[in-house]
Amino acid sequence: MLEKAINGSSKYWIWIASLLLIIGVAGLAWMKQLDQGLVITGMSRDVTWGFYIAQFTFLVGVAAGGVMLVLPYYLHDYKAFGRITVLGEFLAIASIVMCLLFIIADMGFPSRLMNVIIYASPDSMLFWDMIVLNGYLFLNILVGWNVLEAERNGVPAKKWVKIFALISIPWAFGIHTVTAYLYCGLPGRGFWLSAIIAPRFLASAFAAGPAFLIILATILKKTTGFDSGEKALRTLSKIVCYALIANVFFFICEVFVVFYSQNPEHMDHFIYLFWGTGNLVPFMWASMILMVTGIVLLLIPKYRNNLSLLPWICGIVFIGTWLDKGLGFVTGGFVPNPLHEYTEYAPTALELVISMGIFATGFLVLTLLFKMVVGIKQESGDTTPH
Amino acid sequence: MKESRRKFLKIAGVSAIGIGTGSVLTAFASSGSKEEKAAQAAGARFKHRAESLKAGHWGMVIDTRKIDADLAAKIQETCHSIHNVPGIEGKQELKWIWPSDYKHVFPMQTNPYVSEQLKKAPILALCNHCENPPCVRVCPTKATFQREDGIIMMDFHRCIGCRFCMAGCPYGARSFNFRDPKPFIKEMDPMYPHRMIGVVEKCNFCDERLARGQMPACVEVSKGAILFGDLDDPDSNVRKALRANTTIRRKPSLGTSPSVYYIV
Amino acid sequence: MSDKLKVLAGLLVLAVLITLPFWLNAGKSGAAPEIVIAEAAKKAGNCVESKEWMAANHMALLDQWRDVVVREGKHIYVSESGQEFNMSLSSGENSCLGCHTSTAEFCDSCHDYTGVGTLYCWECHIDPSKENK
Repeated sequence: MLEKAINGSSKYWIWIASLLLIIGVAGLAWMKQLDQGLVITGMSRDVTWGFYIAQFTFLVGVAAGGVMLVLPYYLHDYKAFGRITVLGEFLAIASIVMCLLFIIADMGFPSRLMNVIIYASPDSMLFWDMIVLNGYLFLNILVGWNVLEAERNGVPAKKWVKIFALISIPWAFGIHTVTAYLYCGLPGRGFWLSAIIAPRFLASAFAAGPAFLIILATILKKTTGFDSGEKALRTLSKIVCYALIANVFFFICEVFVVFYSQNPEHMDHFIYLFWGTGNLVPFMWASMILMVTGIVLLLIPKYRNNLSLLPWICGIVFIGTWLDKGLGFVTGGFVPNPLHEYTEYAPTALELVISMGIFATGFLVLTLLFKMVVGIKQESGDTTPH
Repeated sequence: MKESRRKFLKIAGVSAIGIGTGSVLTAFASSGSKEEKAAQAAGARFKHRAESLKAGHWGMVIDTRKIDADLAAKIQETCHSIHNVPGIEGKQELKWIWPSDYKHVFPMQTNPYVSEQLKKAPILALCNHCENPPCVRVCPTKATFQREDGIIMMDFHRCIGCRFCMAGCPYGARSFNFRDPKPFIKEMDPMYPHRMIGVVEKCNFCDERLARGQMPACVEVSKGAILFGDLDDPDSNVRKALRANTTIRRKPSLGTSPSVYYIV
Repeated sequence: MSDKLKVLAGLLVLAVLITLPFWLNAGKSGAAPEIVIAEAAKKAGNCVESKEWMAANHMALLDQWRDVVVREGKHIYVSESGQEFNMSLSSGENSCLGCHTSTAEFCDSCHDYTGVGTLYCWECHIDPSKENK
């Protein structure tokens, strides 16, 4: 099947080459970080996690979001998703690859990575996160690959594949729940110390993941002619809508608890993010406006069902949830610090270059995998829904 | 201790095999005696130094009334110089013990009308060596751990620099080596190792001094303002001070149970 | 035919890549280093265990020592013969480097020769032989 990924037009190769170029430049930046340490980042004694860990957190969500295709198809036999579940699974693979790379980029002593296994510590949520993330990566490779291979051979996928597909459903919930537990179990961080974090993570993931899939499906149709099907996209857009509503609802619950209780240890983080003097304030408001706009547009059938407008709405949703989780959430928990001092954080250029390299790696993986999918669909004559 | 002996036997055995396969001839010539020796050495014992200070649970009482700015600065200076803490300034600074003020060390325990004296007093912040430490709970490699005598230690050999402990610590007591600390250490103290890029560090209650029978350095230079002793011993100096004075601990509502008490 | 050539070329590249370490190190082998025992060590007479045992097991011993010192807070090692030693790599005279004064001669020469990895102990523990220069 891999051969499908090495036969492409010149545009395809230009895209691949540009990704490789970005990866190369980022690789150099990473060498510098390895040599000099995390001093090259904007992180500090007070804000000890920054852009890297925020991206990791957000991308776990994108990976988990793929389950919104897998669940309806495997549990409810929703046929319209049958043709494209593999896209969700392959998006999950690319996302997890990025997650793992962001973890490694964030480590102060990456050569000691294996210590997490050598000195396995089940008390630490990081240990469990390592297990669920790698497990999810494995499950998606296994299921996605076998389903696609069966399709190429013109036979139904083997029975055992379905068992692993079913396992991957709760597992998807698991990866984002454990990732939320990294944060919400820390007694001294009021911003994160809330039982709503895991549900909120899942809600924003089930909005951002499928929203991104709709965008990818539109790009696939434009560039390769592969049509995911109107019915599938319409169902996905409803999923995005309700997940986004859940996300904003959970956030409002949080805001109520924080501001009605007036507990300063909890409240001061929200004040910092939305009314403070810090550089995150405009981003947080933009996030809220984008998410509410997304909800309104998705609720109105005229806009939601307009397939040329839908990807743009999904873009709004994606950026809105990214600003919320991929930017504000991590930094917001660190400011103010435990001594109630305010230290600003902004990523440095090098930090962003390294991050771009990881994104490019993810897109490279995604491109190669999707290229295989499209190649096989074209071969089997399944480029448009029946 | 039994466990460490067993581990030694295991390691020694494995390494003997490793060496054996590395140079077959020499190993063949003396293999019997080598393995014998490894087994014998495994019976070797590890002991505390006779002079080392021991406690059921180490604790500290800081009398904030007796510490002025000069003394606080001297305490910080002494601690940082004997532990080779680099003098990096700015957001990526490192510190084990430092003077802050009441409002920041006790952010949820202050009020607008605290005494002038307390408003101005330098309050020392340091690792609280919690009885129930969140940093230890979150560490994915047990690089930070709790000793039987209550001291929360850092194993710099094992730390992967994930900084989860820094997110977990509710007291901001931990520092990270964002860069090579060596150029920022004015005078290297050969009796204590320094650190390298990428590991977390913090106050260790002067574990290396306790092992030599000495009190922690901050206690020694504090002119009696900082007491250090066994919290499990009702007759210890710290317990006497806790009986005689009203003391507070940082963020008691979090359930971490700090071993550092403040007389304010 | 052309495929055959491609396959052969590919195999050749693979073979070269796999054997690259040999080519890179070819002709570089020198004589095995002789361990230099420093004056201070000679004066002390014996190490914590016998010379042969130390040669074979020092890495396990040091690994064990650092765990016992850091994690158990014990600093005294009682040797096979009952002698007591301070477990420390480089803090003063009463430590490994107190006797073995030159890390370059005593540690690095062998480690470099056998290629068992560069020691980074001195990134944190003071190497007196370098500190004085």
